Amino acid sequence: MIGSFFRVAWHVMRKDLTVEVRSKEVLLTTLFFAVSVVLVFSFAIVREGRAPDDVAAGILWVAVSFSGTLAMGRTFERERYNDTLRALLLAPADRPAIYTGKLLGLLVLLALVEVVLVPLVGLLFNAPILAFPGRLATLLALGTLGFAAVGTLFAAMLVRVRSRDTLLPVLLYPVTIPVMIAGVRGTAALFQATPDLAMAQFWIGLLVFWDAIFITLALWTFEPVMTE
Amino acid sequence: MGCPTFAPERATVDKPMSSDFDSVAVVDLARHYGRRKALAQVNFTCGSGEIIGLLGPNGAGKSTLLNILATLISPSRGRVEYGARTAAQGGAEIRARIGMLGHDLFLYPELTARENLLFFARLYGLPDVEAVAQASLARAGLAERGDDLVSGFSRGMRQRVALERALLHDPRLVLLDEPFTGLDQASTAALVSRLRERQQAGRILVIATHDLDVADGLLSRAIFLKNGRVVGSDEDSRGLTERYRLAIQ
Amino acid sequence: MKRLNPLLIGLSAIMLGVAPWIINAAPYESTMGLVQKIFYFHFPSAILFLVAALICGVASAIFLFGKKASADGWAIAAAELGLVFGSLTLVTGPLWARKAWGVWWVWDPRLTSSLLLWMIFSAYLLLRKYGGPGSDKLGAGMALFGMANVPFIYVSVNVWRTLHPQTSVVPTLPTDMGIPLWFCFAAFTMLFVALLNLRARLEHQRARVEALYLAEDEA
Repeated sequence: MIGSFFRVAWHVMRKDLTVEVRSKEVLLTTLFFAVSVVLVFSFAIVREGRAPDDVAAGILWVAVSFSGTLAMGRTFERERYNDTLRALLLAPADRPAIYTGKLLGLLVLLALVEVVLVPLVGLLFNAPILAFPGRLATLLALGTLGFAAVGTLFAAMLVRVRSRDTLLPVLLYPVTIPVMIAGVRGTAALFQATPDLAMAQFWIGLLVFWDAIFITLALWTFEPVMTE
Repeated sequence: MGCPTFAPERATVDKPMSSDFDSVAVVDLARHYGRRKALAQVNFTCGSGEIIGLLGPNGAGKSTLLNILATLISPSRGRVEYGARTAAQGGAEIRARIGMLGHDLFLYPELTARENLLFFARLYGLPDVEAVAQASLARAGLAERGDDLVSGFSRGMRQRVALERALLHDPRLVLLDEPFTGLDQASTAALVSRLRERQQAGRILVIATHDLDVADGLLSRAIFLKNGRVVGSDEDSRGLTERYRLAIQ
Repeated sequence: MKRLNPLLIGLSAIMLGVAPWIINAAPYESTMGLVQKIFYFHFPSAILFLVAALICGVASAIFLFGKKASADGWAIAAAELGLVFGSLTLVTGPLWARKAWGVWWVWDPRLTSSLLLWMIFSAYLLLRKYGGPGSDKLGAGMALFGMANVPFIYVSVNVWRTLHPQTSVVPTLPTDMGIPLWFCFAAFTMLFVALLNLRARLEHQRARVEALYLAEDEA
């Protein structure tokens, strides 16, 4: 049973990545959107050529959350196009496995975006991204995971709803605020002049807890919420 | 035709095929959306080797009924019995015996025909997916176009791939939503012969269609739907156009 | 149950009508003076706000997993009341803050958490309104996430500095402040219970009307 769960998730993820590699549409648009967000915020905040301290962390996470929301919407839009979501639900595969596959595909996409975003933010704001690479990567991974886990569920839920484009952020942002707080505060603790490792550790711990609970919740609710 | 035949019951990697059924019974089925009755008081039974036609104007509830038969929508009232079990009892095992060709074809345009078939074959846990996909492509007459993107196919070609996708796992219940839309003469004939072949293999086919000329002579039985209700059904499929007009008007 | 509602509303109306006098009789708080008396309304509203969140979450879980259709009525009633009592909290809070601390808004844990929870309720109600058919299920799913978040919102926001009086204030209140507090608390709670009942009943009856309408031309 466990074997088939991961097998299905793997194939769904592979299919999503194959489609994405062919068109590169979602990756490129998400990436450029993320970069624009960083630039817009930079113009809004930088004064006399200097940014206030601590904004690097905030801008990074804002860019991740905005572009992530866009990417989620787009990946499910694809399943709507030829009604393939229905075909996926029709298969005898475990529904949570399908959810996991889509989540994994989204995570790969967002990881690629962050690989570009982090150096960019480091460059523009002189943030010490290489000071604690392990902890920074962990924070980003856990935060993105939590955010994407809830977002994948909500995006799937909204696939047949008319105002899905506006409802997705409306639903997603309030619910994922703890992730945002943990991500920003943890990253800021790593970036500040005298890094506060204990603080960063605390936020990492919170994220682990949050992710565990909410991914479990998402796996439970995916099936009842997706059946009409 | 030279294509390999498959054993009637194909086990998936994980679930042995013990849930086959040879009849589908729709009992007092209703589906509401708020105050709108999409379906009401629908009753009928069908068995192996039958081709049932769902005929009716747009908005009559044909797609809704097909989706309920596919277990994708749950009924507001009533039930569908697959053999002795309902969808709630059978769950994934019943889904493994159902194949559907939707109006929107259920294909990924960014993938090749072969990749589409391989993906779904893997999803269904079929053994030896490469051979299955190759055989399906051959049956669709697209063996040489197998590695072209579906987005470059004509409607007829896409239809053929989509049909083979629906039949990959040799389902007992085959549901088709407006399969003849936009097909030329040759494609229609090919589709009809494939459906007849499935009928002879003892499968149950339910087709929602507008195309009365094609349906005439293909269907073993017709069910007329109007405003979500069954307004007439008949065994004999002669004079379908005439009977449609009488039932629907 | 039904006959209790008018009684509850009547009683709470009387109590709330009398409340200004009782509050007036309470002693002034040493540092904040008159404005501290908003506390007598602010505190019950905030508590009932959280209670509403709890009810909404539990009802949504029952609706989604227990498949009890009537639970949905309670969920939406709790959400709407949560919005009302939350708005009350978020209005009385800043009014107090302005006089007590000199600013309209501070990003302290309680206030920020309340705002977030209020936004979650709003998002839920927006989804119910604009989600089209099937939005009751979608809303239930979303409500689960929203409500499960409450402890996390509190903890994560709490790590920032706080200006809010700590929870320990209430048990240490002198009796003559305690009386008006519990008086108002009782009044608000009765109002909450009555409104919850009425709104849920409205929802259940709406569903019944729909069922009757649908059954109208059945054989």
